[in-house]
Order: sequence, then C-alpha cells, then structure tokens
Amino acid sequence: MCVLAHVFEAAGIATIVLASSRSVAERMTPPRTLFCEFPLGRPLGHPGDAGFQHDVLRRAFALLDADGPVLDEHPDVIEGLEEGLSCQLPPRFDADLPPAVDEAKGIRKAWERTLDKRGHTDIGRVVSGPDEVPELLAVLDRIANGAHWKDDVELPGGNTIAIVHDIRTYYEEAALELADGPPPAGRAMEAWFYEQTEAGKTVMAARAAAKDQEAPFPVWFYMSPAHR
Amino acid sequence: MSAGDIAMRNMQDGLAVPTFDDPAWVDPIPLADATVAIVTSAALHPAGRDEFGAGDTSYRVLDRAERDLVLGHWSPNFDRSGIKLDLNVVYPIDRLEELAADGTIGAVAPRHVSFAGNQPDDVATIRHDTGPAAAAALRADGVDIAIFTPV
Repeated sequence: MCVLAHVFEAAGIATIVLASSRSVAERMTPPRTLFCEFPLGRPLGHPGDAGFQHDVLRRAFALLDADGPVLDEHPDVIEGLEEGLSCQLPPRFDADLPPAVDEAKGIRKAWERTLDKRGHTDIGRVVSGPDEVPELLAVLDRIANGAHWKDDVELPGGNTIAIVHDIRTYYEEAALELADGPPPAGRAMEAWFYEQTEAGKTVMAARAAAKDQEAPFPVWFYMSPAHR
Repeated sequence: MSAGDIAMRNMQDGLAVPTFDDPAWVDPIPLADATVAIVTSAALHPAGRDEFGAGDTSYRVLDRAERDLVLGHWSPNFDRSGIKLDLNVVYPIDRLEELAADGTIGAVAPRHVSFAGNQPDDVATIRHDTGPAAAAALRADGVDIAIFTPV
C-alpha cells in the first residue's frame, strides 16, 4: 500500500494510507498515514459499526491538512482474539466416512443459509460448488493417514493453498449461521476452524504429513496461517 | 493482540522495503470539493469473474455500484470473517456514499481499484507498470483523493 501511495501521489492524486504496520509506514514514509492497530483484515476496525468506520475516515481525512508527510495513529487498539467463538457442529452422522468429510456434509445447510443472505460465495479456487468440498477433505484425510501428497493422491487443482482456502471459506461461511453471540473478533473464526473442527484438524494433520514427506515448502506451509 | 497478528507484524518489522527518493507530494483540493476513491490490497473482485491468481501483480477496477465482491487474496494470514459480516470493514464504499450525501466529500469516484497485497518482494510491477496504470485510470475519472485500505 505504501508503494502504491507514492505511485498514486506521483500521478497527481492525494493519498492517505490506513497502515496496518507502523514500522513499514515509518520506513517508507507515504505522504499521509493513519496507523490503525486493528486486526489484520479489518482496516476499518469493526464490521457493522458505521460510526466507528466514520471515525477512522474522519481521522484519515484530517491528515489532508498537513503541509508535508505525516503519520498519525488511531487512538483505539482492537484486539484480534483467537478464542470466544461458540459454534455448534453437527453430530457424527455416517460413521463410514472420515470425520471431517462427515462434518463438512453436515454443515451444508448452514452454508446455504449464508449464501442466501450474502448472494455470493468466496469458495471457488478449486471447486465448482459446495458438493466438492467434502471431496477435498477426503484427499487431505488420505495424506494425513499416510498417503504420499504427490505419488498417491491427485490434488484437486494441484494447489494445497487453494484447496485449504475453499475448505476454510466453506466452513467460515457456514459458521456465520452456526455461531452464537456477538460477531466474532478478528482471528476467532480462524481459531475455531483450525482448533475445533474436524476439517481444521485434518488440514493440520495433512500439513504435518506433507512436511514429513519433504514436500516443497510452499506445498505445506501455506495450508495454515504462519504462526500455526 | 492475537498471536497471528503479532507474528505477521513482527514479520513486517523485518521486511526489506523499497525506498523512494524525492517522493511526490500533492496539495489536495478542499475535501468538500474532492472526488474520492478507494484503493485496496484485498484483491477484491466481482463474484464469479476476474479472479486473482497467486502472486498476481495486476489490478481490478471496481464499479462504484458493485457490492457483490469476493476477497481474492491468497494469504491465509489475516482475518477473513470481518468482510463477510460487512464489506465496509475493508472497502468503505457505503461510508463514502454517506459522506458524499452529507457534503463532507465532493463525490464518490465512479470506479475504485483493487490490488493483491501479497506482491513479489521487489514490487517492481506495481511500482512501474500496474500501479501507474491504475492511478492514471482514476485520475482520468477525476479522482482527487484516494484512501488506501490494506488487509
């Protein structure tokens, strides 16, 4: 964003960056920066809070009064909590299926309710629709249980990042309907997926197995956020 | 802060960054007269088309009226639930419409721009090719001010 701010300023557009990294902004000195210590992925702070979002924009536009490069920061810090999401998962239905495959089939109705509300889905990197998500998990379950990531299975789309994206997105879209309580904090839904769902556990087990099989770094590493 | 955000910010602290000698500076026109655009690094694209590939250095132009937008970013390292609850937490287009309606800003730009944040380390393409092209497109639309929203 800081690179683009310099580029756009050179084209004659006055720029303001809502920076997520103070150190990058300090070193790259874009013309006008409002550092916001908010959860990564939420640059305006709180979803569904128009008042707060307007406060961020008001502080950002105030930087236009500066005579030279300026870096200010929003006074609020918003924590991205990796806990606190209460989300009902379906009971085991078909004991012949791997747990993650069974689970993914079980949350399909919830995913559909979210689709009806949002009007579109963010899945689709490797699948053409939700029917194929359990199949992705079946492939990862095989890797987790000893199949070689390259020799024994055919990775749909040939890309583990895209596979996990579609699985995780399917779950997070379903969770919008399954979760109780207030809107989830940043990272809460990620933690729920990786720590509480059978799908997340399968992804992590397949990731560990692929690493042990000495798969190339990008094949296994980006199957989860870096700190996991 | 969450462990994931701490890890990413620590990584960014050690990131080598490009330098800009003699950076440009624009004296902005009054906000109430200005046309304002959003530039985001969330790799937003219209649902069902114009997807971003991994390592994509190109950009998408988003029509002012478009709301069916997909988060096309390839990194797993940030929260993706916020935008599913409210597009404006990444792309504050409704907030800009409200600011135009009450006269705070002059106008909402007819088109906005989306890049993917996970660029090659040298950022050469967005610096010298796609970035200037996107900026020229917005300037041709009469954009005076751009607000940049990262993920």
